[in-house]
Amino acid sequence: MDFDYFMQLFLGGLTRGSIYALIALGYTMVYGIIQLINFAHGEIYMIGAFTGLIVSSVLTMAGMPTLGVVIMAAMAAVIYSSAYGYTMEKIAYKPLRNAPRLSALISAIGMSLFLQNYVLLAQTSDFLPFPSLIPDFDFWEPYAHLISSPELVILATTFVVMMLLTVLIKFTRIGKAMRATSQDKIMAALLGINVDRIISVTFVVGSATAAIGGLLIASHIGQINFYMGFIAGIKAFVAAVLGGIGSIPGAVLGSFVLGWTESFFTGYISSDYEDVFAFIILVVILIFRPSGILGKSETQKV
Amino acid sequence: MTANNEIKRSLAASVWFMFLTFPIMVIKVNTVTHTVEWRWANMLWVGIGAFFLSMLWRYLLIKKEMGNNKETSDKPGLVQTITANPRFYIPALVALGVFILVFPHLFSMYQTSIMISALIYVMLGLGLNIVVGLAGLLDLGYVAFFAVGAYSYALLNLTYGITFWVALPLGGLLAGCFGILLGYPVLRLRGDYLAIVTLGFGEIIRLVLENWNEFSHGPSGIANIPKPSLFGLDLTLDQKTIYLFYILVLLVLFTIFVINRLQDSRIGRAWVALKDDEIACQAMGIDKAKTKLRAFALGATWAGMGGVIFAAKTTFINPASFTIWESVIILCTVVLGGMGSILGVISGALLLILLPEYLRDFGQFRMITFGIVLVLMMVFRPGGMIENVRKTYTFKGKMEN
Repeated sequence: MDFDYFMQLFLGGLTRGSIYALIALGYTMVYGIIQLINFAHGEIYMIGAFTGLIVSSVLTMAGMPTLGVVIMAAMAAVIYSSAYGYTMEKIAYKPLRNAPRLSALISAIGMSLFLQNYVLLAQTSDFLPFPSLIPDFDFWEPYAHLISSPELVILATTFVVMMLLTVLIKFTRIGKAMRATSQDKIMAALLGINVDRIISVTFVVGSATAAIGGLLIASHIGQINFYMGFIAGIKAFVAAVLGGIGSIPGAVLGSFVLGWTESFFTGYISSDYEDVFAFIILVVILIFRPSGILGKSETQKV
Repeated sequence: MTANNEIKRSLAASVWFMFLTFPIMVIKVNTVTHTVEWRWANMLWVGIGAFFLSMLWRYLLIKKEMGNNKETSDKPGLVQTITANPRFYIPALVALGVFILVFPHLFSMYQTSIMISALIYVMLGLGLNIVVGLAGLLDLGYVAFFAVGAYSYALLNLTYGITFWVALPLGGLLAGCFGILLGYPVLRLRGDYLAIVTLGFGEIIRLVLENWNEFSHGPSGIANIPKPSLFGLDLTLDQKTIYLFYILVLLVLFTIFVINRLQDSRIGRAWVALKDDEIACQAMGIDKAKTKLRAFALGATWAGMGGVIFAAKTTFINPASFTIWESVIILCTVVLGGMGSILGVISGALLLILLPEYLRDFGQFRMITFGIVLVLMMVFRPGGMIENVRKTYTFKGKMEN
């Protein structure tokens, strides 16, 4: 095996992993706060991609320069995805806060089904070509065989988003409130934290990162369709579980591990069973180490 | 005063939804011809719709809130009163029986064929009801067992020429084995993890069927699966359909019988206890793992039998019939009807499968409606249309002082 090929797979896995990480963060944050697997999170990411495509096409046709188009499309995708995440929480999860977890999960599945078919009916079931938002850089030419410049941008963007998120959670007032809420909702409320607002903020932040992930992957792959959220959502979920659901560094680590294993698996073994592989990892982890790599195991009490 | 407030809030909701749905509902871009289609009418509809739906939503929420404040009454609903009284339900059952007997002769083959699919879903719903409704385990990979049944009949028939009647129990058994195989390792998992693992398992089965060409003929599927035969008689296609209809009716009756017996048995009560509180249930000396495994295996067995019939009905199967959304539809029938209630699940399945069939124009809105149904049911009526009333046992003997 030559080294270049290995490096290519390694960097490819890193890119893949960083996109999973952007989506997995939403899962893990929501789970950390309300212990709910937000089944419709993949759909939020799909809506981000669709909004990005619609806005960028309209602006391009209106004759806006590329840089402006990219910025506007990214902003629109983030705003709309966050708005969808926020509304979804208000409709499908908030009324069920004290209901059994089974109810919330079924409601989440319903939401996922609704959003998919809403986009399908309002737009199309076909694959839509997505313009490449990130141009190739000339200075990167000598290394392009290892990792292309759009991939480099994806990595850099992910890195920046992660940093911002860490700052938000570690050092700001709202981040502190989020951590407190995830520890103990009732106690946090007693201490004067508006728990409902914190939950909304979590949904908004998680949706915003998912939207960025959606835009990046759509521009990288070059096509989108209403169904794209499902498989990406599942994979990000696998990554979140792999790292330990509820833990933010865990989600990032899990995503990279999943990205690498997938990349090497398809590179050296076979690409037919790529998706099966993710599911097998999921089943194996849940059976042998349900708390994931960085997660804490919790004991259930009556 | 409050009504005014509600209207204001609904107006705000309407504006919010117009904003929310703006890019996806209003703009449609064609990236090939570079044209943009603006559909402003959609925005108007969304605005008006959101206003009224928001009013309704608020009203229902308030009503629910008030209902919670009242003492929750254990008074049985209308349906329960009817089903508990032999004066009402015996004539109803007789009428229903006669209707079912003459159904295929009264209506066209098309209707019978639709009814067969609906009955398959009734069976699947009842099977899933064991797992979700009774034992409280959310199984999102239920369709995998359905696929196991369908493929076992198709493949066994293709390679060994095995007939329907042998395949029916065999398919059920195989699916049951798969149920144990999956259930055994995942029993330790909590509810939501279990849901995801079963979903993963369902997808694994589907992807294997799609990719393993030598085994399952890949995406092209298997065609020419024979319909069941009646003692070697030569039946026309119509007669075969009618025959299949009666087989299915009998099987549904059998399913109802079995579940009815199970519900009041030791194991049925163990399931319900498990659903309510796992840890307390364990403390009472119930073997958690065994009980869950039984629910899984039994549910899977029914899915397997349903699969065999499905293969026999359509005479052609391919992996596209066994996607995760099929599991969700079955789940939807259980949730809509009422988790744990036999009558509920049957009516849920009939309603959800027959209604979109008859409302042809409505067909494309089928899945979106299912999504809405799931959310609304969970928010406003988690018990389903026909709520399962928990049996209460009263002490009839003489109290000793």
